[in-house]
Amino acid sequence: MLGVIRQRVTCRGIPTLTLEQGMRVVASRTFSSSAKEITVREALNSALDEEMSADPRVFLMGEEVGEYQGAYKISKGLLEKYGPDRVVDTPITEAGFTGIGVGAAYYGLKPVIEFMTFNFSMQAIDHIINSAAKSNYMSAGQISVPIVFRGPNGAAAGVGAQHSQCYAAWYGSIPGLKVLAPYSSEDARGLLKAAIRDPDPVVFLENELLYGESFPISAETLDSSFSLPIGKAKIEREGKDVTITAFSKMVGYALQAAGILAKEGISAEVINLRSIRPLDRSTINASVRKTNRLVTVEEGFPQHGVGAEICASVLEDSFEYLDAPVERIAGADVPMPYAANLERMAVPQQRGLATDQVHWPQLPKRYKELKLTKINL
Amino acid sequence: MAFSATTKIIQPMYINSARSPDKSDSCNKILSPSSFLGSNNKLFSISKTISPLSRRSATVVAVSSDVVKKKKVESNPASNLLITKEEGLELYEDMILGRAFEDMCAQMYYRGKMFGFVHLYNGQEAVSTGFIKLLGNRDCVVSTYRDHVHALSKGVPARAVMSELFGKATGCCRGQGGSMHMFSKEHNVLGGFAFIGEGIPVATGAAFTSKYRREALKEDCDDVTLAFFGDGTCNNGQFFECLNMAALWKLPIVFVVENNLWAIGMSHLRATSDPQIWKKGPAFGMPGVHVDGMDVLKVREVAKEAITRARRGEGPTLVECETYRFRGHSLADPDELRDPAEKAHYATRDPITALKKYLMENSLASEAELTAIEKKIEEVVEEAVEFADKSPVPARSQLLENVFADPRGFGIGPDGKYRCEDPKFTEGTAQV
Repeated sequence: MLGVIRQRVTCRGIPTLTLEQGMRVVASRTFSSSAKEITVREALNSALDEEMSADPRVFLMGEEVGEYQGAYKISKGLLEKYGPDRVVDTPITEAGFTGIGVGAAYYGLKPVIEFMTFNFSMQAIDHIINSAAKSNYMSAGQISVPIVFRGPNGAAAGVGAQHSQCYAAWYGSIPGLKVLAPYSSEDARGLLKAAIRDPDPVVFLENELLYGESFPISAETLDSSFSLPIGKAKIEREGKDVTITAFSKMVGYALQAAGILAKEGISAEVINLRSIRPLDRSTINASVRKTNRLVTVEEGFPQHGVGAEICASVLEDSFEYLDAPVERIAGADVPMPYAANLERMAVPQQRGLATDQVHWPQLPKRYKELKLTKINL
Repeated sequence: MAFSATTKIIQPMYINSARSPDKSDSCNKILSPSSFLGSNNKLFSISKTISPLSRRSATVVAVSSDVVKKKKVESNPASNLLITKEEGLELYEDMILGRAFEDMCAQMYYRGKMFGFVHLYNGQEAVSTGFIKLLGNRDCVVSTYRDHVHALSKGVPARAVMSELFGKATGCCRGQGGSMHMFSKEHNVLGGFAFIGEGIPVATGAAFTSKYRREALKEDCDDVTLAFFGDGTCNNGQFFECLNMAALWKLPIVFVVENNLWAIGMSHLRATSDPQIWKKGPAFGMPGVHVDGMDVLKVREVAKEAITRARRGEGPTLVECETYRFRGHSLADPDELRDPAEKAHYATRDPITALKKYLMENSLASEAELTAIEKKIEEVVEEAVEFADKSPVPARSQLLENVFADPRGFGIGPDGKYRCEDPKFTEGTAQV
């Protein structure tokens, strides 16, 4: 996302760089101590394990969570430890088992419902929204629904249009739901624990490509009572020239971009949203008031996306502080293509693409493949 | 034993031989509307497994009451009756409450006190009373949008339901739910769902909780859940998903189909490839029972069996109650598609009249006692209306309440503190 559309370059020419696969993200600067690292997968597994042992009402239900050890091995070892009563393998019936989870939550248990990917949650979306999110309101507080819906969200690698959608914007618009999107292992642990302990329905959007990534982690994070507050964003990197907001995998990309921009003398502040709903508007606005410029990054479709909401919020609250129009970087406004080169073009990339060689007349100019543009300083 | 639990697969031919000799059970012939109408002699029919015991028992008529017929009564009144006097009066009172309440709803709607979607239950009272009066407080009921009477039978006070319908702050959901969303934690009414089929997985989940409590938490829990839904729902995917999972995990649930033959204007026969819904139970490994839903005593007998079965841990049952709604789908429905002859026919099978006749013919109650009950209920309903009328509408500050159980879910305000801690938070503005 660093490449600048060449005709927009001002006095600073920012070179394009290739994406370095598997590069450790610049999260290490946020932790002062400890070289211990765990993958996001281990973080989620340990969080589930600890919460299930702390409260016997917590149970995990989903496809392949038991004997298969989890479709992405997130629930590895849990069946052996807690037995089939608490780690429940279901038939392929999202609407059915999501509704069963909601009914169990109505009646006193604390289910964790796993979707193999959030694309499958569309089959159960009626229960997530109508039976879970709205129930506390419709029953005037009598029936609270302490349920967590979790699973991988967003694009993976080469999985095609029906397996690659990002649902942050859809779920983020529903009152009564809390929507979380962790990035690092610390986020994963802390937010999943907070979600399971929370008395309200929580949609927990993980990312398949992050499962295997390792992040340094402090001793405090490994404590079983650790949790992060819901509704608070994290400033991953401080800066003063431009604010970049991102969530989930895009935080890594934003941090890399910030590192590269720093070499050019542009100090970018990167905000890891962590919580899509409630959105931490105060942190975002405070940051924009400091830097006066905003770029939002997300992987999902551009129209009515998370970035659209952030931009509107900043316009409403901090209009006088903006020195330049807000910029949204999002996925392409197309269903995810399968061909590897097309797929790369459809999501934000580190690499600047030479799209002045590719003609996309139908796409509005703003939605062109994702470069960090307009750093007009 | 009518419902002995076995897990064998049902072979079609055994179903035929297990049938009772009553030919109006038309499992073999093509159904025509007339086979639903006028089936006064619908006997207790089970379709299940192949053990000789069940085959024998299936031919025995387990429910002996035939409300209109007199002959059984003469032989030995005391031991042949299905209910005692107290039970009879309780059932009568509950059905009269349901009917009077729904009639009052119609009146109030046309006077503008009630608004939106209101779906009335007139004619189906036998199902609600027959099933719910057998439950304890801890058992759950999950219903659809036609849920006023289910809530009343379960014990929610009439004034709370009426206030909810008027949209007042004293309603059972403080006016935030409405006609289609009756919730009561105290009485374990888990809703009131507008989408058909939505309540079935939720009910299955409540049953799952009972089983979980018993097996994983080792508590002493035998709570049963009843899921009420209609004939239209039986074509919906979630229904089948839940039949599968409930039978698979032997959940303590009874699926009660209130087959009133019409889904708004869509006749059940036009919408369903095999209109005999009870048959869908055995396909998933649970007993499927058909019962005359206009006869509260028959419904009660079937319900007893199904609920006891669930409490013993033997798993779910699918009960199809053949019933009818006297009014349209909702108060906005002109109800033009139903044949007046059909309506007239079912009006003669009114469950309240039938029970009244039974009680009087078997000397369980006198005319005076029944009239006294009717008067009492009339007063209860009128009092409920007065109460609802006088109750205040919800305050503006209630708009933002109860969105979250943990109100910090509204996030952090510009001053860095949680929004819900701001004293001006619930002033009814939308700026969150």
